[in-house]
Amino acid sequence: MEQTWKQAKAAFAAIAVPPVGWLLLFFLVPMAVIWAYSFGENTGPTTIDLTGTFANYTRALEPLYLGIFWKSIVVAAVTTLLCLLVGFPVALAIAFASPRTKAWLLLLIMLPFWTNLLIRTYALIAVLRENGYVNFGIEWLWNNASGLMTFAGLQPLGEFEPLPLLYNNFAVVVGLVYVHLPFMVLPLYSALDRMDRSLMEASLDLGAGHMRTIMSVVVPLAAPGIASGILITFIPALGAYLTPDLLGGTDSQMIANVIERQFKRANDWPFGAALSFLLMYLTFIAIALQAMVQKRAERRG
Amino acid sequence: MAKGKYLRGASRRSILQQFGAAAVGITFAGGLSGCNRQGGGRVVNFYNWDTYIGENTLADFQAATGVRVEMSLFANNDELFARLRAGNPGYDVIVPSNEYVTRMAQAQMIQELDHSKIPNKANLLPDFQDAAYDPGRRFSMPYAWTALGIGYRKSAVDGVPNSWRWVFDSNRHAGKIALIAESADLIRLAAKYKGHSVNGIPDAMLSEIEQMLIRQKPHVKAFHEDDGQDLLVSGEVDLVIEYNGDIAQIMAAEGGDQFGFVIPQEGTLLNNDCLCIPTGAPNPDDAHALINYILDGEAGKHISETILYPTPNGAARALMPESYRANPVIFPPADVMASCEYGAFEGDERSRLYEEIFTRINAA
Repeated sequence: MEQTWKQAKAAFAAIAVPPVGWLLLFFLVPMAVIWAYSFGENTGPTTIDLTGTFANYTRALEPLYLGIFWKSIVVAAVTTLLCLLVGFPVALAIAFASPRTKAWLLLLIMLPFWTNLLIRTYALIAVLRENGYVNFGIEWLWNNASGLMTFAGLQPLGEFEPLPLLYNNFAVVVGLVYVHLPFMVLPLYSALDRMDRSLMEASLDLGAGHMRTIMSVVVPLAAPGIASGILITFIPALGAYLTPDLLGGTDSQMIANVIERQFKRANDWPFGAALSFLLMYLTFIAIALQAMVQKRAERRG
Repeated sequence: MAKGKYLRGASRRSILQQFGAAAVGITFAGGLSGCNRQGGGRVVNFYNWDTYIGENTLADFQAATGVRVEMSLFANNDELFARLRAGNPGYDVIVPSNEYVTRMAQAQMIQELDHSKIPNKANLLPDFQDAAYDPGRRFSMPYAWTALGIGYRKSAVDGVPNSWRWVFDSNRHAGKIALIAESADLIRLAAKYKGHSVNGIPDAMLSEIEQMLIRQKPHVKAFHEDDGQDLLVSGEVDLVIEYNGDIAQIMAAEGGDQFGFVIPQEGTLLNNDCLCIPTGAPNPDDAHALINYILDGEAGKHISETILYPTPNGAARALMPESYRANPVIFPPADVMASCEYGAFEGDERSRLYEEIFTRINAA
């Protein structure tokens, strides 16, 4: 007879207690505290009265902060899109590689996780800054091209001006794509790897080209993987604060930077808590959208 | 003063050193909870800024008293304050700046010092025996003081940038300017540029300052997290608002003669980092002993030799070489000092207002 968990309640409970307890103690309780703070008022440098006020939310919905939310959504969306464009071919290549190569390629994708985010970001600074490796490379090409042109009797190219690659929104997006790419590749890979290859063969046999096969067969079949890849890239990118702080310029602040400053410099925990919860609600909306996509894909399947 | 919010460590010229420093910083940052339970004997938990102690100071203190010092590092006053806000997690000695001494004393987060246990207070220069931010020095002993100014690359700048105009109100070095990301410091220095005191800035002037900084923003490369000296050294910018000691450190290093530092003629904001004992410190007696030891002449000299910040300790200063005592970067000339001020703690509402202005400037 098949056994379900209903018949082994004690065993199930024993297994469920540690994770549920963990979740309760280290996730739900602290979240509840922050949630309560978001309805509080500062009464002194270290004291907060929980008065049930909505003032923090009213302030968080002012155009200033809504604008910063919108900007963060745009940056996270651009990051996610670039991750998808770069990650999809990578995931496809890994899925179709031989088992031996596959293991190595997956290892390469995971490799950056072995290094601290902070150190990876500082490495990017060394790569992107004016006296950095990208600019050194371009300068080398520039000088050689210039030399060749002189050789050919043409006007040389003039003095090389290093490109401003750091401390702007470009650097923030580069940093975010670099950090979040594995989050996109892994779910895409697992979706593509599970796919029934015979469907692709059928499509090719029946006269569809490679592009057509990818767009009409592979992408729809991988839709749940794409949706979860988008979700787990978009959410952390939306809450990024270290990358914009370190790589961004004077107009790169994202909502998490503002939240951090409320908890530190401004010493305004209630307002910081309200901003955090608005960010959470945005995340919930993203998850709900993903669930809808998933459901639709399942219905079609 | 700390060298940036994320990366901690000494000179950060090369990328390899950067990584080493980051690793050290991370170890230090998480160190307290694990470290203070190791081994036996007496221990003082010291929560300090990074690169802000003499190389052998802590070992010498242990040799002299038998008390081991466990030092952990914070990056700025806000981090220190946030860490102690919900209660002292076990620190014995902390180093807040003047404004935060007032704030933490008001919030009863630091305890009164027993002056009879700190006889070396007598070593302090007359100016530092008492302080407006802590009348009677009930809660704090001065450790070092700092002055904000403009660090610059001599080859890129024509003359000496001796006005805040160069960084706040001019496009002469567009794209090669970095301003400090501390909202209150930034606004107070801008008020200084406009000829006002750093304290009691009227609302009308605050909106003028906001407009000026928004206008200046396209010419500014970054708001730096107190790592402006690195932006200067790596060639990203030519003008940077920084603390005198941070620029003195790069000027003392190899190739440092290409950099200069000036306190603009309008005057600047001074800060005074102080030794305090947080409420609930587990070892108050040894904490007093450490404070007293740091105020000793020889020990203070050793610290000043490393950190190159101006010392309020007369005995230590007398022992220092001429190159330190007469260094105009470390000790700005008297006529400049006359126009400098300490920022007073003007209440939490004020800090929030400054922060919101800074958020608006960033978002503009």
